[in-house]
Amino acid sequence: MKIKKTLQNIITNILAWIFSAICLIPLLLILFNSMKDKKAAAEMNLHLPNLPIQLQNYMVVIEKGKLAQSFLNSLLYSTGSVILCVLLASLAAYVLSRNQSKLNKFLYMYLVMGIALPINYVALTKVLMALHLNNTRIGIILLYTAMQLPFMTFLIHGFVAKIPTELDEAAVIDGCGPTRLFFTIILPLLKPAIATAVVLTFLNTWNEFVSPLYFLNSSDMWPMTLSVYNFFGMYFKDWNLVCADILLTSLPVILVYLLGQKYIVAGMTTGAVKG
Amino acid sequence: MQKKNTYPIYFALGALIIYTVLFVLPSIIGIGYSFTDWSSYSDELHFVGLKNFKTVLSADENYMKIIGNTLKFTLITTILKNLIGLILAVVMTKSIKFLNAHRGIMFMPNVLSTLIVGMIFKSILDPVHGLLNNMFRSVGLDMLAKKWLVSSELAFGSVMAVDIWRGVGYIMTILIAGILSISSDYYEASAIDGANGWQKFRYVTLPLLLPTIATTTVLNVIYGLKVFDMVYALTNGGPGKATTEVLYTAVFKRFGTGQYAVGTALSSVMFVIMLIIGGYMIHIMTKDEVVE
Repeated sequence: MKIKKTLQNIITNILAWIFSAICLIPLLLILFNSMKDKKAAAEMNLHLPNLPIQLQNYMVVIEKGKLAQSFLNSLLYSTGSVILCVLLASLAAYVLSRNQSKLNKFLYMYLVMGIALPINYVALTKVLMALHLNNTRIGIILLYTAMQLPFMTFLIHGFVAKIPTELDEAAVIDGCGPTRLFFTIILPLLKPAIATAVVLTFLNTWNEFVSPLYFLNSSDMWPMTLSVYNFFGMYFKDWNLVCADILLTSLPVILVYLLGQKYIVAGMTTGAVKG
Repeated sequence: MQKKNTYPIYFALGALIIYTVLFVLPSIIGIGYSFTDWSSYSDELHFVGLKNFKTVLSADENYMKIIGNTLKFTLITTILKNLIGLILAVVMTKSIKFLNAHRGIMFMPNVLSTLIVGMIFKSILDPVHGLLNNMFRSVGLDMLAKKWLVSSELAFGSVMAVDIWRGVGYIMTILIAGILSISSDYYEASAIDGANGWQKFRYVTLPLLLPTIATTTVLNVIYGLKVFDMVYALTNGGPGKATTEVLYTAVFKRFGTGQYAVGTALSSVMFVIMLIIGGYMIHIMTKDEVVE
């Protein structure tokens, strides 16, 4: 019995290492090849880079791929939609959870339905043109906000329900208005949900490229994902440069993932598991 | 306390307006435009009745194949992600050294941009220089070194495989949370009754995990029907005629060639399908929350 247990233990450990390797190898491939010269990188293998490490690849890419500009664009789109989306989603989730009238219940369902619905990008051009938002940075930020509001509202809605309403009642008796009640009492208590929403909105926006593909014609407004893809089209023979570009584009996402892993997993499993 | 005054509805207006104007409105007017000849060639708009839908459903166009591809993609990736995700979740809830590191690594492909995952795998699956084929050749399995993304027989399978590689960690994470939420009482009771490992899985874990599996299935179906990024980055619908074309890449191509009416008709077909699936999803996602 004991031998069987140990054997089982060894097998599950080996399996875990195999699965992890399958997930990690493609990423190591990018890391290693971003530090090789053009000739070595052309073979795209997993050999460790030869010394000296070709750090100038990163410099070349930042210059040729115009990464500074697209980094700032991505940062602007991400911060813009994080602030707008999380603020509006918390406000909506709060009132729709606290006052569950028939109308509010319907409005909540209507909003959350957007998690499943597809966007009609073709007809969206008509709307964006009518609002003069086509090919503008503010248009992209508003679009990302619209796309993520449904899930973020759903996420925060679940949290609001856990805050006792006695707090609100006490505050109202003390003469606290609705705006102050929300910003000074409710919002601080929503911190864990807000943190999750911030991290998820940031990741989604940073990785998205479909909206810019449809609606941003000028390359100086492109986010990093789109410019790395464009760079790949032009320099597909220089795998060292392509890998360096991929690495620099993914770095913010990987950093946010490592720092905010707890919040990401919490957010992505919300509503999926019934205890 | 007056709920209407303490929780004013104008708090929700910002979210409702942005969502309605930029998300719902395009879908609604898109249905209207599906009955016209809207294109980039002419400024005039004419009512053409069901012509665009007839084009979409006619046998001599590729659209039926494209719809078929989308359904095939959805079906196969949903089944395999659930199956592999379940195996991973069961393994990753056993006593393993560096458990959290392993889980973290397996989830990682999910946080990378799909576009970037596509580019990485374009290199790995390259027939001549790719890592995968070189690996097969180095161990003498030359016959397994195939033209993964460029042959019309293998391309669709390869795209689905890469998508599964990317998405399975997410499904695993949800299923792990599901397994961990099962009370240990059930396992103790079944141990007293003399159940072995397989029986515990079959008669305790699996039945209690079914609601969670229902959710992952819905999530996978929604993702699969809407898939664009992965196909666009790996094959862009090729090789050959619509081998790996799915609905959303087709919509993007009609957009690029200025055939807006057909593009919006395709989107509208999607909209109606997703409205039904979405309704079901919202039902299972919110039913417990309301009770709270």
